[in-house]
Amino acid sequence: MRHLLSAGDLSLAEVTGILDLAEEMAQVQARPVKKLPALRGRTIVNLFFEDSTRTRSSFELAGKWLSADVINVSAKGSSVSKGESLRDTVLTVAAMGVDALVIRHHASGAPGQAARWVDAHVLNAGDGTHEHPTQALLDAFTLRRHFRRTEPDRDTFAGKTIVLAGDITHSRVARSNVLLLRTLGAEVVLVAPPTLMPAGVGSWPVATSTDLDEVLPEADAVMMLRVQRERMSGGYFPTPREYTVGYGLTRARLGALRPGVAICHPGPMNRGLEISADAADAANSLILDQVAAGVAVRMSVLYQLLGGEDATPTSSRGDA
Amino acid sequence: MDAVDEHGEQSVQEASGLAETGTAASRLVMDADQIARACARMAHEVLEANRGADGLVVLGIPTRGVALAERLAAAMSEVEGVQIPVGSLDITLYRDDLRRHPTRVVGRSRLPAGVDDAVVVLVDDVLFSGRTVRAALDALGDLGRPQAVRLAVLVDRGHRELPVRADHVGKNLPTRADERVSVRLGEVDGVNEVTISPGPGEDSTGQNGTGQHSSRQNSTGDSPAGTDHPEERP
Repeated sequence: MRHLLSAGDLSLAEVTGILDLAEEMAQVQARPVKKLPALRGRTIVNLFFEDSTRTRSSFELAGKWLSADVINVSAKGSSVSKGESLRDTVLTVAAMGVDALVIRHHASGAPGQAARWVDAHVLNAGDGTHEHPTQALLDAFTLRRHFRRTEPDRDTFAGKTIVLAGDITHSRVARSNVLLLRTLGAEVVLVAPPTLMPAGVGSWPVATSTDLDEVLPEADAVMMLRVQRERMSGGYFPTPREYTVGYGLTRARLGALRPGVAICHPGPMNRGLEISADAADAANSLILDQVAAGVAVRMSVLYQLLGGEDATPTSSRGDA
Repeated sequence: MDAVDEHGEQSVQEASGLAETGTAASRLVMDADQIARACARMAHEVLEANRGADGLVVLGIPTRGVALAERLAAAMSEVEGVQIPVGSLDITLYRDDLRRHPTRVVGRSRLPAGVDDAVVVLVDDVLFSGRTVRAALDALGDLGRPQAVRLAVLVDRGHRELPVRADHVGKNLPTRADERVSVRLGEVDGVNEVTISPGPGEDSTGQNGTGQHSSRQNSTGDSPAGTDHPEERP
């Protein structure tokens, strides 16, 4: 693996390898010394053009626990606010001799573009409404653990139905999850009001519905997506109240779920809008497990990309 | 598939499913009975040195070290009548040659008990350069502070590159540095034997199926800490 730009680039074997290694990395979180020497001497830059708490801090911790040097560059307080272009910013940072760039950007495709400009490994930490592959990986990690509680030998999600409900149009988490969950063999059902269902969803390898109550009884896991009001220019639904009635995971809808069905949310949550407090704090809610998995999964990904020999521009081996 | 001199096995398994057993070039140095007797003797030695089972934690280094650790712990538990904690300690992330090879697969670590103030018995199949043991000691140091660490290996083949020695040895096996020692254990390989085969200079088949041969040339990574590259030795 050279870069991690899309969850769709990963084969089933690669996904399984990342999740298995994340299980080992998760043990490090419980140790007195949370440090592994594997990435000693490597430098990772978190280049965040968009606000983030959990993704940036978990990438930072993941790098540090693997002994890499990690610095954070955010758009606020950097030359980006003076008008520097993405290309110049990326080239400037890369010129310092970094091994990996972790990029979050409001434009879809920005990390992919950056990967063409620099020799460093590029990790997509969320680009516009396109993809967020490490979020999909940590969701898969959390769900696999959940399924393994009752089926210890489960490696794939074959035979499982995962419902993703909410603002699909603006959700990079949904796109990455669809790709990854399909690789893992799950059946994916997307639920959204027609206004928040992306154009062209018919070509995705998923089933779609506009009726949450109809699909909930079949779900093995429910992933509620955040209503991204910052990406909306209005008009997607009449009122928040009406959205909740139609598409929120309310207390009443909890009763429609089969017992023990996993409830996920990538965060940050709009409590009372897409998810009720009863659902978020339910015994089968995995929302905090998802956060806890973030560091282990990102450690695993960083090791997969940076743990081997240098991929220099003259060597073709790293490009495979 | 073969365990190749300490820690080649993971990439070996990826490299090939062929078995080297029976090629004319390899020579049997321990059979199943000899391996069983060596394990039984080492189990008694460990208990004798420790004056019983108190505080013992047995940790195998994947892959075949884990199988050996389980055999040792089972033998000791039988003698002492108590359950001796046994687990695994993967050292991949502590290797000193990670940057010389494509990304290595990390094995499983499972600690059965805390290592603080315990007497940890590290178990591996082959002791060669000593670099694996160095990595294991570093890994242990991050897990806690054992009262003591002992080293038990099935085969000590010499050619140390670091000041490391084993406390308990199944068999001392004089070798040339370019020879290959392969340990196969029933739990992993379906057969119990230790064989030795000549280095690539004398192996004209070029396809001994273990990844040993190719590893010398393209560094597919089946050598312990880069020590299986005689040409790289200082």
